[in-house]
Amino acid sequence: MYLIRRLWRRLTSMRTAIVLLFLLALAAVPGSLLPQRPLNPSKVDAYIAGHGAWGRFLDRIGAYDVFGSFWFSAIYLLLFASLIGCLIPRIAVYARALRAKPIKAPRHLDRLAENATLSTALAPADAARRAAADLRPRWRTAVREEAGATTVSAEKGYSREAGNLIFHISLLAALILVAIGKLYSYQGSIVSVEGTSFCNRPISYDTFHSGRLVDTGRLANFCIDDLNSFTASYRADGSPQQFRADVTYSTGVNGPAKRDTITVNHPLRTEGDRVYLISHGYAPTVTVTRPGQAPITDTEAFLGEDQNFTSEGAFSFPGADDKLGSDLGLSGVFAPTAQITAGVVTSVAPTVKDPVLALLAYTGTLNPTGQPQSVYSLNAAAISSGKLKQVAAKNLALGQTMTLPDGTTVRFDGYKQWASLQVSHDPTQVYLLIAAVLMVAGLLGSLAVRRRRLWLRITPGSDQQGTGRSLVAVGGLARSDTGNFSAEFAAVVERLAAALDSTGGPPEVAAASPEPLGAGRD
Amino acid sequence: MAINTGLASLSEGLWTAATGTYMLAVVAYTGEYAFGRNGRIAGTAAAVKHVVNAGATVKQPALVGAGAPIDPPPAPAGPYGAGIVTKRDSDAGRRWGRIAVLLTVLGALLHLACVAIRGIAVDRVPWGNMYEFTLVVGLVATLAWLITLNRMPQLRYLGLFVMMPVLVVMFLAGTLYTKASKLVPALQSYWLAIHVSSVAVAEGILLTSAALTAMYLVRIRFEKGNLRRLTTLGARLPSAASLDKAAYRTVAFAFPIYTAGVIFGAIWAEAAWGRYWGWDPKETWAFIAWVIYAMYLHARATAGWRGRQAAFINLLGFGAMTFNFFVVNIVISGLHSYAGLN
Ligand code: HEM
Repeated sequence: MYLIRRLWRRLTSMRTAIVLLFLLALAAVPGSLLPQRPLNPSKVDAYIAGHGAWGRFLDRIGAYDVFGSFWFSAIYLLLFASLIGCLIPRIAVYARALRAKPIKAPRHLDRLAENATLSTALAPADAARRAAADLRPRWRTAVREEAGATTVSAEKGYSREAGNLIFHISLLAALILVAIGKLYSYQGSIVSVEGTSFCNRPISYDTFHSGRLVDTGRLANFCIDDLNSFTASYRADGSPQQFRADVTYSTGVNGPAKRDTITVNHPLRTEGDRVYLISHGYAPTVTVTRPGQAPITDTEAFLGEDQNFTSEGAFSFPGADDKLGSDLGLSGVFAPTAQITAGVVTSVAPTVKDPVLALLAYTGTLNPTGQPQSVYSLNAAAISSGKLKQVAAKNLALGQTMTLPDGTTVRFDGYKQWASLQVSHDPTQVYLLIAAVLMVAGLLGSLAVRRRRLWLRITPGSDQQGTGRSLVAVGGLARSDTGNFSAEFAAVVERLAAALDSTGGPPEVAAASPEPLGAGRD
Repeated sequence: MAINTGLASLSEGLWTAATGTYMLAVVAYTGEYAFGRNGRIAGTAAAVKHVVNAGATVKQPALVGAGAPIDPPPAPAGPYGAGIVTKRDSDAGRRWGRIAVLLTVLGALLHLACVAIRGIAVDRVPWGNMYEFTLVVGLVATLAWLITLNRMPQLRYLGLFVMMPVLVVMFLAGTLYTKASKLVPALQSYWLAIHVSSVAVAEGILLTSAALTAMYLVRIRFEKGNLRRLTTLGARLPSAASLDKAAYRTVAFAFPIYTAGVIFGAIWAEAAWGRYWGWDPKETWAFIAWVIYAMYLHARATAGWRGRQAAFINLLGFGAMTFNFFVVNIVISGLHSYAGLN
């Protein structure tokens, strides 16, 4: 029990907090220097492959997912515990301090770093009352009688600690909200060609991730009924100016169709979800006519490989079920504004001026193993093993046709654009924003407010000149960030002198502090 | 709106003019530092302060009249202060100092014009790439220094140590130069103005804090009686206690701004990238720098961690921030690829 208490004391000490903060900063470093699986899994694989045993070791200790690793979580949780452990007693102390009176005047005010003496014609009790009244708007005061003197204790700057507590509590709240958000958030992304639609269901998406407590059967109920158009506009110098997706969407079971435009910084927000425009590209259309069969038209999204959208992709046309090895595959390069050098097609502008679709036609078996495979390329293993054989190749301009040895024709009909859309849901975002705002507000209070204490001890008829005036000893203490406390103190003393002066001649201000009062006020 | 190439090249000329003026200012600050005697008596900051205040009111009418934003607050010149003023004012260093401040003000005006005209030329906020952002950070640092001077004229002789880093920043901006251009769609958001400006302001102030901290580290070695070559520089510096205090107050001022800047970034990321935080390298390093500065504030409030330890933490925080700007932008680069260098 004793040990536990000691450990707890240790954990919640400020020193531990500093060390834990340092560890947190340190632990985050590899997260930026090593490739991270959540951001870029293929880079991680390449890194592991390139670094042998070292690469595999890093994988074992979770260095490719630093922010999900056990050691990052451990530091985070310890800090969390430390924060709670130090906040609870501080809240209690603060609550008591709020109710308590400012503490008694120390015996020797002249031993404080800031002190001064004044004299007044008022009797001690009156002077104390008047001084307290003068201070009260900004200071919390208490007047006490002691043997042979009246004292005033004053304190201000309580909101510093309040700000500090608000900051730490909001920070705690923010951390909790982030964790809850992880459990209840989901994200799906989909490549959507102009004219197509999808609904917000896990099966609609190309990739879908959800937190552990998401009910995937009951996602927000909405559909993107039509990607009406995607528009990319460019400036004269070729730099992109705007990307926009015009969509028609509807919510609920029978909601009316609504239209919206999604641009890079403006997602569509509906039903608590957000639909983002992530990237875009071209989707060429071909019509394949096999001898003696009806023509088939297909549009496939091609992935842009450079700034000018030289794009790569593939079309798959399975053959008849009963005829093994009768599949047709087209592997292609699309260039919106083509330049052909030595038969190789590249694009020289991102906009469409002179589109060319370069096709390699293969026949055979598209997917010999039956495993899931990329829709952007043909199966490389099938090609290298000879299951897919190249039978023709041609660069097609718009409307041109290539004819395969078996008489099949492939016509380049045109193109559409595609937009990759991402649907995100995180119910905690708004609360997190509130916590963040409170954090900044708390910080401002905590760092801008200064804590000050001030005491007056007023003794009757005891000033040095024997005039019978009361002697007022003033002492001040800076409890945080001394700043320019000397000047602040001088200003307060001057105000007090004026307040205590109303019945008699000019107050005599005798400075006991080393610098002349009234000087250096700024 | 197209880019106004005439204004863009005017802005580039102003960069040259501002950098040249800063260079002259650094020369003049060096002159003050070399010929002035301020530093020797700066041990008791309070005493010097009254002297300088009084001196400034009495003896600097020309400067104040010229509209320079550095009129020191009028302070009653006590007999004690005034006596020393006349003696000190004959100092050659004082003249150098005044010239230096004039040049700093002039340089800052040229710098401000350079940034503003760049903004007009490209018809957007002038901090859309690393070149522009660096210029803004340098401008903030210079303005922070002028404001500090206005409040604490007695620190003037330290101008060398502030304007030297600013000059380095100006040259860095030169090496990062990017042709005036419009923004890619990802940066077309009012959050660019809010997020980047708050971070730039915070970084400019934290740059000042790091400079003060470096001086502090030299000074405490000197105060401990270490008189090796570098440390003897400390003879002219203000007391360790006042440097430490100034370094703390600058961080205390900048930290909430930096915090807000990071939060603005998160709000923008939510609108642009679909998540408020994704541990992109830029975000990761912003987090690291933030945590280190929080550590600094804690260290300052903890017995046994004040002083040198806290000072090193401050420098570490600045290191993380600088790393985030240069290395992350140029070498690592993630989603925040606004460097404009490729
Ligand atoms: C997630 C971790 C934490 C962060 C980011 C953080 C951040 C901060 C910041 C920015 C301040 C500056 C405000 C000020 O100076 O008044 C501060 C102050 C303070 N923190 Fe923390 N804190 C954390 C954890 C803790 C823990 C675990 C403790 C207790 C052991 C603690 C105790 C304090 C105290 C006592 C102050 C007041 C210092 C002063 O008077 O200047 N903090 N904290």
